[in-house]
Amino acid sequence: MKILVPVKRVVDANIKVRVKADGTGVETQNVKMSMNPFCEIAVEEALRLKEAGKATEIIAVSCGPVQCQETIRTALAMGADRGVLVETDVPLEPLAIAKLLKAVAEKEQPGLILLGKQAIDNDCNQTGQMLSALLGWGQATFVSKLAVEADHVEATREVDGGLEVVKARLPAVVTVDLRLNEPRYASLPNIMKAKKKPIEIFKPEALGVDVTPRVIVLKVVEPAKRNAGVKVPDVATLVAKLRTEAKVI
Amino acid sequence: MSVPFINPRDVRFVLHELLGAEELALRPRFAAHDRETFDAAIEVAHDLARDLFLNHNRASDEREPRLVEGRVEIIPEVKAAIDAFSAAGFLAAHMDAEHGGQQMPWLVSVACMAHFQAANVGTIAYPFLTMAAANCLNAFGTPAQKARFMTPMLEGRYYGTMMLTEPQAGSSLSDIATRAELGEDGRYRLTGTKIFISGGDHEMAENIVHLVLARIAGAPAGAKGLSLFAVPRFLVDADGTLGPRNGVVLAGLIHKMGYRGTVSTIIKLGEAAECVGELVGPVHQGLACMFHMMNEARIGVGMGAIMLGYAGYLASLDYARNRSQGRLPQEKDPAKNQTPIIGHADIKRMLLAQKSYVEGAFALGLYCARLVDDKATAPEEQGRREAALLLDILTPIVKAWPSDWCLEANRLAIQIHGGYGYTRDFPVEQHYRDNRLNPIHEGTNGIQALDLLGRKVSMAHGEAFELLLREILVTAMTASLRASLSTLGVALAEAASDLRATTEALHAARDKGEVERFLANAAIYLEMAGHIAIAWMWLKQALLAEEEAADLGLSSSDRAFYAGKLAACRYFFAWELPKTRAQGELLRSLDTSCLLMEDAMF
Repeated sequence: MKILVPVKRVVDANIKVRVKADGTGVETQNVKMSMNPFCEIAVEEALRLKEAGKATEIIAVSCGPVQCQETIRTALAMGADRGVLVETDVPLEPLAIAKLLKAVAEKEQPGLILLGKQAIDNDCNQTGQMLSALLGWGQATFVSKLAVEADHVEATREVDGGLEVVKARLPAVVTVDLRLNEPRYASLPNIMKAKKKPIEIFKPEALGVDVTPRVIVLKVVEPAKRNAGVKVPDVATLVAKLRTEAKVI
Repeated sequence: MSVPFINPRDVRFVLHELLGAEELALRPRFAAHDRETFDAAIEVAHDLARDLFLNHNRASDEREPRLVEGRVEIIPEVKAAIDAFSAAGFLAAHMDAEHGGQQMPWLVSVACMAHFQAANVGTIAYPFLTMAAANCLNAFGTPAQKARFMTPMLEGRYYGTMMLTEPQAGSSLSDIATRAELGEDGRYRLTGTKIFISGGDHEMAENIVHLVLARIAGAPAGAKGLSLFAVPRFLVDADGTLGPRNGVVLAGLIHKMGYRGTVSTIIKLGEAAECVGELVGPVHQGLACMFHMMNEARIGVGMGAIMLGYAGYLASLDYARNRSQGRLPQEKDPAKNQTPIIGHADIKRMLLAQKSYVEGAFALGLYCARLVDDKATAPEEQGRREAALLLDILTPIVKAWPSDWCLEANRLAIQIHGGYGYTRDFPVEQHYRDNRLNPIHEGTNGIQALDLLGRKVSMAHGEAFELLLREILVTAMTASLRASLSTLGVALAEAASDLRATTEALHAARDKGEVERFLANAAIYLEMAGHIAIAWMWLKQALLAEEEAADLGLSSSDRAFYAGKLAACRYFFAWELPKTRAQGELLRSLDTSCLLMEDAMF
């Protein structure tokens, strides 16, 4: 079974994000870019499935500018077998990415697509779900435990009330949550090996996908600064304030 | 979000823009590499250092290794970090492919190591010592010794140490008293006491292999009678199986000011049980074998000092940006908000001083690492020879100057923190304590000064010294032809000619037989040469920064980065380089204030 793992290039989780002075977005120039942490977990899970003999090949795929190759290389240095880059400088929305991934999935015919549940840059949490609908495959989202059987997966999902276990027939789309595993670091020998692993490059047009953005960003601003709180003398005052000023009770 | 411990932008600047790491990949030894593999290695080093080394830097200081029922107990985070370091392939990164290495250039390996040194110098010391011991075995071990000792070291299973110092023989290695007797079985039995042995005993590794300097019975006195032995904690059979415990026994722990994560031990050899050692390299050539690796080890110590200074600089920079205190002199309204202290002139002074010391030294440290590569792999014989000479003369400087001046940076980092800097709630006091070791070990700075003035300056008929001056003058000339940097170029050329005149005056004294006077003020000579070398590195950086800054498409952060490089260069030339004039004058006067002091006069 092949596993397709989409990986996204995002501003590194340890960087303090700054809004661009002209309000058109966040500053990404000269900022450390890394693989989205949820995608790392997806890669790690794919590697473990391969090590356990449940998968034969892992394909890392990324959509975006040419620099996304670095992110694919990171996946290859962790142990993925080969890469696919859908190269475009157009800012991609989740639906466009889902359509591109669908086209890649139709070429590659994977048995399983493992994605991060969301990306830390815009927190959309949409791509996996859209991809599943476009492909007409079953989906399991926010997965914190995954068992892959011959014809289905059994996935434990983190939901508000606790844990939910679902089964999905293969091929399936699975989006992973933080607690699924702890991703490994790339190693120097694997970095060297990764150099020799192929990365195939497509343009969206070649895949027959229109990626034109549908959302217009008017402006990006920093969140409002939180003002200092006030001390109240007793519970009665607190309740009164919550009722009359905050109007939350 | 943790406090930054290294500046990835500066790493990129020095590695690629200043030192052209990429061109190394054109050489056959590094042909498998390119910029991508270098950057990927740096990135893994950065993430590992941040996640698994920085995380317990304070904990291993507060809970230093201790003796529990005769065994050394070390907090578990240390071994976890070293195992991850080893699994990522860093132990063997620079080694030949045949030994499982990646043939990474030394330059890139040193840049990777810098991240770990900045994050946790106490933990990285164990791999550092192991890699040094493996290098030594690689150069002088027999094939059997390499298979039995070096290979498991490179796999992270065995750790290594260096055992030189004895209670009566610290700086004076020629007085080493540990004895080695050749047995009928062809193996040696060692007896003696070693002290200040870092990583000398613990339970983290399957085995520890000590490289021990000892004197074979009947050998000549002095340094030329010392031989090198591999002494494993557990004996190792021909097929690599672990045998019984060897008679190399922990006699006590040393409780240090800093660097506490690295256990420092007193070790007895052959006291209760016999201590078996194997000769490494030729008889009576032990010191030469050990010193074969000394350039690399001393660059390593210099880099450790630099990275502690660097981490302190970044911590104090972060603090100065976030701590508000007082108002600027022109603001008289006490109701106005306080200003972040980075707005105060005196804080900026202390930040800029630190920046000039640590970034200047960082460039010099990596420049020397690049010389290690050039010495072995430069395409032309002349290139290799010149790199070797430059490396020889710069080694005492790159060890000693940063260990004095990046320690000074740590002092300023504490000062910027005010009272908080003196508490254990902020990292800067530990940086200072950790860094205080560096002027002392791997040859004290006093020894380095004697090495520079007494040996390196006149070695190969002064060729290394001339070569260094030539390189400095090339940079000075280039700058002097550029209007914006011409005064700096002229200043560096003058300082260099001052150094030449000073050296000639000292040599004249030596040639008249005044050897004591010639060497008496060597420490100042090293400081003068160090300041000039750092000024040279700054001018190189400034020349480059000015070229890069001309690019109109630069981002605002890059623009600020290059402007910062130019400002720090100007600072160093205005505030620090002029000190060399007074140093030169003092040295040329062959001042005897210190030399003529007598014991009773103190």
